[in-house]
Amino acid sequence: MKRTQKIALGFLAVVALASLFAGVLAPSSYSEQFRDSISAAPSARFPLGTDELGRDRLARLLYGTRISLLLAPAAALLSTLIAAVIGGLAAYLGGRWELAITSGIDLFLSLPWLFLLLAVRALLPLNTSPVASVMITFLLLGCLGWATPARIIRAGTRTLLNADFLLEARACGVSSARLFWRHLLPNLRPILLAQFWISVPVFILSEANLGLLGLGIAEPLPSWGALLRELENYSAVLQNPWMLAPVVLLLAVVGCLQVVLRTEDQIPC
Amino acid sequence: MLALLLRQVRRILVTALLGGLLGATLVRLGPGFGVDERELDNRLSEESRQAIRAEHAQDSNIALFYAHYLAGLAHGDLGFSRSLNRPVAELLKERLPLTLGSLAYGILGGASLGLALALLTVIWRAPGIDLAPTLVAGACLALPAAVIALLLLWMGAAGRWAIALVVFPHVYRYAKNLLMATYQSPHVLAAEAKGLSRVRVLFAHVCAPAVPQLAALAGISVSLAFGASIPIEVISDTPGIGQLAWKAALDRDLPLLVNITVLVALMTLVANGLADLALARWRPAQQTVAA
Repeated sequence: MKRTQKIALGFLAVVALASLFAGVLAPSSYSEQFRDSISAAPSARFPLGTDELGRDRLARLLYGTRISLLLAPAAALLSTLIAAVIGGLAAYLGGRWELAITSGIDLFLSLPWLFLLLAVRALLPLNTSPVASVMITFLLLGCLGWATPARIIRAGTRTLLNADFLLEARACGVSSARLFWRHLLPNLRPILLAQFWISVPVFILSEANLGLLGLGIAEPLPSWGALLRELENYSAVLQNPWMLAPVVLLLAVVGCLQVVLRTEDQIPC
Repeated sequence: MLALLLRQVRRILVTALLGGLLGATLVRLGPGFGVDERELDNRLSEESRQAIRAEHAQDSNIALFYAHYLAGLAHGDLGFSRSLNRPVAELLKERLPLTLGSLAYGILGGASLGLALALLTVIWRAPGIDLAPTLVAGACLALPAAVIALLLLWMGAAGRWAIALVVFPHVYRYAKNLLMATYQSPHVLAAEAKGLSRVRVLFAHVCAPAVPQLAALAGISVSLAFGASIPIEVISDTPGIGQLAWKAALDRDLPLLVNITVLVALMTLVANGLADLALARWRPAQQTVAA
């Protein structure tokens, strides 16, 4: 691993830890309103100031980071699992089944990601509780983001199924279950891990886009998308540049993820 | 070539059919399907209510519903937008040109910028020369399209430049890696050893073999740009189909949203198909030259 990658990984670890210990680091809750300090400037009490409802921006940023950093990997895990089942089955069944599943994947890929996300999101209730909106947002991301990984996993599984060691194992009479658990899955692990890690920044950015469009996580729960909505007030941002803190953090986190993921064979396990 | 063309047409038709059926399913499953708010009007008699229900009766039969939907689709009837109280086809006709114009400017701008910077990086090949473009490309990749649009809006730039900044990092990274790899090929070393000028080596021996792969990127750029058009048009208040899709999502106007999605999918497929055809046309010519 290169030095820049180590630094990026270290930064990501610090951000993740800070968000996990948000309760300790932030002096107040993300929803607590200090009516005597509305739109306050940074101070010792509120290091990033308060928003127009008097809520501590640092607390909201830390809790929002926790939600985005915990749930984007959860959505990535779900999409990778779905992709593994669909892509793996396509390669394993072969023939017409493989053709049909691959055509299905291609059809799914031809639907633009954000348009599809909006269509399915509109199908589900918009006025939901904050917790339900978190679940809906990340389940949607997980359930709709499987197509690209499925294509890669299918290709990887097909290559492995044609590999000499697997043919030899089959010729030796190894059972299908053992072939799958002992020979196929361990060799597929690098591809699955790569797809998982590649999906994480994609889902973080998708949630941010959805949040900015008002279709993401509901208030008062904070998320990066919800926090970025404040930026629409240009004059307020000019007067209070610390409002840019969520953009800077998002840029740094996704940038670090890109640096860490730059070399596929150095993906953290 | 003809076989490829037929395959592309078949693919587009199958997508249109499946997309239409999928869209119809979503519309049918959507909230408020088959319910008419006129029924809530207390002034209406029971007979009038029955007549309104009869209007929607044909939709309760799934097979009939699909048949009517597809027949309408074949005749250009994309349904009716409940939220905007206008036919969907009319809305799309009104807003599509604006989005297509922004997309054309954005894709051309992003691709030109990406290719130009990739070429400059390859020409100089000095350590650190690609630092600034790589950092800008990394920043553009690490920000949501909506934030890029916001930042540009603050600077007074049009939304189409946000599309260019979404497309640019993908083109730049791909083109740079591709051209760098080609530059290290034995045929380029041989051309340089023979004393060919730097410009000739670059355009005839580095860029020309990379054209098919770069053309393939055009199809992907269309898909990327369409995806980015929603947040960008919303933020920059551009009345295109991205903004229309967003409004439809907020109003849960599924007939409108689903038709936009299918239309965008078809346009993406056409762009990808054209890129594939260009690729197929270029490759034999290139092989002939190589022979």
